[in-house]
Amino acid sequence: MSASRSVRDRVARHVRDVPRSGIRDFFDIVSTMRDVVSLGVGEPDFDTPWHIREAAIFGLERGATHYTSNLGLLKLRQAISRYVERVFGVAYNPENEILITVGVSEAMDLAVRALINPGDEALYHEPCYVSYRPLIEFAHGIPAAVETPAANGFRLTRELLEARVSDKTRLLIVNYPNNPTGAALTESEAREIAAFACDHDLLALSDEIYAELTYDRPHVSLAAQPGMRERTVFLHGFSKAWAMTGFRLGYACAPPELIEAMMKIHQYTMLCAPVLAQEAAIEALKQADRDVAEMREEYNRRRRFVTASFREMGLPCVTPAGAFYAFPFIGDLGLSSKDFALRLLEEEKVAAVHGTAFGTCGEGYLRCSYATAMDDLKIAMERMAGFVERRRRAAR
Amino acid sequence: MNELLRLLTLNARESVENLAKMLDRTPEDVRAEIADLEARGVIRGYQAVINDDAISEDRVMAIIEVKVTPEREGGFNHLAHRISRFPEVVAAHLVSGQADLLLFVEGRTLKDVASFVSEKLAPLPGVTATATSFLLKTYKSRGVMMENPDEYERIQVSP
Ligand SMILES: Cc1ncc(COP(=O)(O)O)c(C=O)c1O
Repeated sequence: MSASRSVRDRVARHVRDVPRSGIRDFFDIVSTMRDVVSLGVGEPDFDTPWHIREAAIFGLERGATHYTSNLGLLKLRQAISRYVERVFGVAYNPENEILITVGVSEAMDLAVRALINPGDEALYHEPCYVSYRPLIEFAHGIPAAVETPAANGFRLTRELLEARVSDKTRLLIVNYPNNPTGAALTESEAREIAAFACDHDLLALSDEIYAELTYDRPHVSLAAQPGMRERTVFLHGFSKAWAMTGFRLGYACAPPELIEAMMKIHQYTMLCAPVLAQEAAIEALKQADRDVAEMREEYNRRRRFVTASFREMGLPCVTPAGAFYAFPFIGDLGLSSKDFALRLLEEEKVAAVHGTAFGTCGEGYLRCSYATAMDDLKIAMERMAGFVERRRRAAR
Repeated sequence: MNELLRLLTLNARESVENLAKMLDRTPEDVRAEIADLEARGVIRGYQAVINDDAISEDRVMAIIEVKVTPEREGGFNHLAHRISRFPEVVAAHLVSGQADLLLFVEGRTLKDVASFVSEKLAPLPGVTATATSFLLKTYKSRGVMMENPDEYERIQVSP
């Protein structure tokens, strides 16, 4: 047995057994190539609006270089409280129901660790964001994936959930608007999921990080559905709608007992979120709607462009209702998703992430992010059309 | 602004097919609206945005503030139209503030522009004063940066 092998064996089992993210593997390949047009990016192409960056610079000048309270700056929690009540229709007390975190990533981790006991089952839906399953496993929970089929627009239904729930289920993780499918829920669908959570007495984690980016109808919050406020951890952040991914700032809103539990972990592992990011976020909420509206309009234009382009290529694609992803079906062109993505990259220098990076039921799909400048999108769609055409001829 | 006009303002050379996709309309429909906008004089032309500093041609541009006495009939319009007809005048606006008219004037040399002011503009009846500023360098024009700023690179694939 080699030395490195034995070291590997000493890594904790529940960490060792979690596979590397498929996104990281793909990234490693892409980063060796030049002149790639990327549809593989899960963050806005816009830079943070200037007035927000300016607020961070001003913070530095004033000496905002210290720890903040564990919960985060009160002024920011107050601004978040007002914003969430106005936009999502749920009121949270800034004193004890809001926790500022290092991105939704940290908030999600805290919530999963604080809410499940070893052996508890956590329901979540696939295709989904890459972190949910590993986080559940790191917390010694049992991940229970509910597959959402394209036939229902990748939306979760009570029926799908009922088929998977068990007496060990304790938690339900929901993410709409969804990464990677772009699906969003209607009011009645959200209410149905809420009724399911209430009837089975589950806690819910609602990752609503793309809430501002919906195009056909306004976002509906799971936390605002009847019976949900008391059992939901509402997660949101500044990464997507405000193009602030690098600031690393998110937050959780929940009843005081749940926030207190998450706070215990946050306090000992993170202490507080970065103060400059918090200063910037206070500024972001001052004219939230205007910044977001401009970017949303541009995303919407690109959304129409890519869906029309897929239609022209003959690729079936559920029209995305939110976020900045399209998830076309490429499964009848004779290649697995992974091979499709690799060949598209090799032959056309277009990077898009294979659907299976987001769960096994993502087989047959490709995540195409349209958080990419229109000029690049045009090139990418042209190259992809050529590739699809060649695949069709080869498959005949 | 209407969405089609906004897209054309960003890029007047965008193909009708691409415009149609972005607007979720048919190419025929978009082509017809453009024709209508042109016929009604809403769209008055299409031009390239050129970085003058990148070409070596002799060309100077000046901004000229002009004070005028409004006429009893016609106010500023009559004189403004008259001034606008000079080919040297690239743009002319009625403005608030100290001056009344703001002109963008182009010539081959500083002297060209100076003699336009002293020989043609200033002597016009109604013109009471002019103030000329020559443009030395253009950083941004019509929403377009004249130099590509240092871009901070985004990673190519992320979750
Ligand atoms: C659904 C979803 N949740 C959470 C995150 C992480 O966001 P943050 O930057 O706030 O950690 C992402 C980022 O891609 C996401 O797509």
